[in-house]
Amino acid sequence: MPLYKNGSFVQDQWTTIPEGEAMSPAGHVIVPLTWWQAERQAFDDSHVPIGVRIDPGIAIDDFIADLSRFALIALVIPKFQDGRAYSTARLLRERHGFKGELRAVGEVLIDQIQPMLRCGFDAFEITDPVTQAALETGRVPGVTHFYQPGVNEAPKAGARPWLRQAGR
Amino acid sequence: MSQVISANRLSDGIVVFRASNGAWVEQLRDAEILPDSVAVKAALDLVELDIKANHVIEVAAFDVAVKGDHVEPVHLRDKIRAKGPTIHPGHGKQAAL
Amino acid sequence: MYRYDEFDAAFVADRLNQFSDQVQRRLSGELTEEQFRIHRLMNGVYLQLHAYMLRIAIPYGTLSPRQLRKLAHIARRYDKGFGHFTTRQNIQFNWPALKDIPEILGELASVEMHAIQTSGNCIRNVTADHFAGAAADEIEDPRPYAEILRQWSSIHPEFTYLPRKFKLALSGSPHDRAAIQVHDIGYQLVKNDKGETGFAVYVGGGLGRTPMVGHKIRDFLPTKDLLAYTQAIVRVYNLEGRRDNKYKARIKILVHEKGFEAMRAAVEAEFEADKSELLALPQSEVERISAYFAPPALPERAAQSQALETRRASDHAFAAFVDVNVSKHRQAGYGLLTISLKPIGGIPGDATAEQMELVAELAEKFGHDEIRVSHEQNLVLPHVALDDLPAVYDALAAQGLATANAGLISDIISCPGMDYCSLATARSIPVAQRISERFADGPRAKDIGGMKIKISGCINACGHHHVGHIGILGLERKGVETYQLTLGGSGDESCTLGDITGPGFSYEDVVDAIETVVDTYIGLRSTPDEDFLSAYRRVGMAPFKKALYERDSGSEI
Repeated sequence: MPLYKNGSFVQDQWTTIPEGEAMSPAGHVIVPLTWWQAERQAFDDSHVPIGVRIDPGIAIDDFIADLSRFALIALVIPKFQDGRAYSTARLLRERHGFKGELRAVGEVLIDQIQPMLRCGFDAFEITDPVTQAALETGRVPGVTHFYQPGVNEAPKAGARPWLRQAGR
Repeated sequence: MSQVISANRLSDGIVVFRASNGAWVEQLRDAEILPDSVAVKAALDLVELDIKANHVIEVAAFDVAVKGDHVEPVHLRDKIRAKGPTIHPGHGKQAAL
Repeated sequence: MYRYDEFDAAFVADRLNQFSDQVQRRLSGELTEEQFRIHRLMNGVYLQLHAYMLRIAIPYGTLSPRQLRKLAHIARRYDKGFGHFTTRQNIQFNWPALKDIPEILGELASVEMHAIQTSGNCIRNVTADHFAGAAADEIEDPRPYAEILRQWSSIHPEFTYLPRKFKLALSGSPHDRAAIQVHDIGYQLVKNDKGETGFAVYVGGGLGRTPMVGHKIRDFLPTKDLLAYTQAIVRVYNLEGRRDNKYKARIKILVHEKGFEAMRAAVEAEFEADKSELLALPQSEVERISAYFAPPALPERAAQSQALETRRASDHAFAAFVDVNVSKHRQAGYGLLTISLKPIGGIPGDATAEQMELVAELAEKFGHDEIRVSHEQNLVLPHVALDDLPAVYDALAAQGLATANAGLISDIISCPGMDYCSLATARSIPVAQRISERFADGPRAKDIGGMKIKISGCINACGHHHVGHIGILGLERKGVETYQLTLGGSGDESCTLGDITGPGFSYEDVVDAIETVVDTYIGLRSTPDEDFLSAYRRVGMAPFKKALYERDSGSEI
């Protein structure tokens, strides 16, 4: 699956393990949360990078205790209109200090890339050909003036550092 | 029940009806009257191309009553779409009738 | 009033470029209709029965003459010469072409207006008391806070794809003219016992198919926490609100299903957990924004106006106009003038380009350059000297804008209904027109007194029928329009939802049914001063039900 990260398409270092499929406890796999919860002891003595896939509706509290074990969290966007992952992403970054890869998977479309970036996503699995074509031209449509600071956007000095952000 | 296929034109949103030659026309009197569900299904299949080509949106068939030359939508909503707002006789398609 | 600085102007220009690009991508086929719909809605563009509809935000209902003239220009140039003021302090144009909309938005941007988030599952146009900054009973002008909320909620990256639409309303007075208890969040400015200003906060109100009155979630929220607390509420909603059924997706359903106490606990926990001070409002910023809303310097005038009294004595129609349409201003010698957009038999909320231009001119000449739009679909000149009322009245009368019915039975709120709206199940406007003609604005209307009739053409309740003293809901039964009545609703501080009378009435009979309700009220009121709502609250449904239904069954025997 094409993976867009840091402004270009990159080789995906990770393998996604579908629900219900067996796997050997190697690293760089993205597993469903239920799998992780059931099989985690297999990783007790291992330090391989693990990714977890979080379906919308799963509360952060359900996996927060294991956050330090995850090098990657994939948040599922079942429909592009489903905005739950935006809050989850911000909370992971801002409140829980998650520093690993935050990947958007599912229906990820071109016009949602900018708000997702602003909520702390940094990687995007792209399935929509129009989105892929647009991203390949280096184009992320959006706006350049914001009334809210986004994740990792340091407030700028000025009249209203708490509210306004100009430039990308 | 006879039916007519209507849609809105993508570029300006104006209500249009499908004519027998496949064109989209603005007045109901120029629309093709489809006598049964088989004809409606066949016409809707053809319309798929127009939807894919982004000419029209909101395509739907609606019931009409035909009396001689006169075609009248059965439901109030479709009557209003075919004529214009009941409160503004000067606006909508009724202005040109 | 608020003026854009360079940042605001650049923001709107940015958004316009983004949307113009989306329109081009839609017209070229790069975006499907499903993908485009969400963007057009978030920029105020609907597809209605006849054409596209463009809904333009009038934040907290405040307009300058220059802006109103621009709306008149848009009505003339891109539409059919009129616009429709809505129940959420927006204006709608009913016939714009999609390909023209970027140009229209460009025209709006030139007068610091936009259509951002007037639809879509996001935080909508922030509304406020239309008498803000002028009402005699006001604690503080709520509009600076409304403006801060407007800015903060504009293209909010986290809250652009909420489960459903989200509406905020603010009131600065104890008498609630902004219907805050039927909004997703309502904010009421209050003073605590230390004399500090803050907000009583209501959450989970809303109309639609499952109407609910909001719960008071905070008695007193310090003003500096306005954004942080709002963020906490919206975040809980975004994460937990239902997305499986759009009819159960509003926050009111979450509050109902989760339970109010659990909701309050979740919001307070989220608010506490957010240690970031980023959203705390600095007092300096509140003061900076408030300066834009500083009241105009109104020269001192005598409380009694000789010019007004002289004219009143000789002109009965003028006297009625002043008695009904002028409300108490906080400064002596001035009035708040409601310009009714409810001419007898007319379309509630419609204004022609010429009417808009006249109101703009009057605001310049006599109104300190300010116009308000009320959720009751009228216009307001908030600062008119009583001495100027004769001249203002004459000018309004010449354009058919001097109907003396503000707050009376013919001052009807009505959604567009099936004449325009693709969601409607019945017509609303012609029902309003017929009721208006039946009761008019003469002595009979005055005798009936304060009466709010509100009409919706479907269960989405854009006409706020649940909070009408008499509410009318248009439905479709077996292909025929039928109208259900509710009685005793109120959208003010004593907020209640109306009770359904019983089976609905036909399009033909509904006006007679309203007359039966009104006559029943007249017959049972304790004194001529007891208004309909008070009388209903005293006697309940029974006498009205009896009058509406037993008479009919009797006649069949």
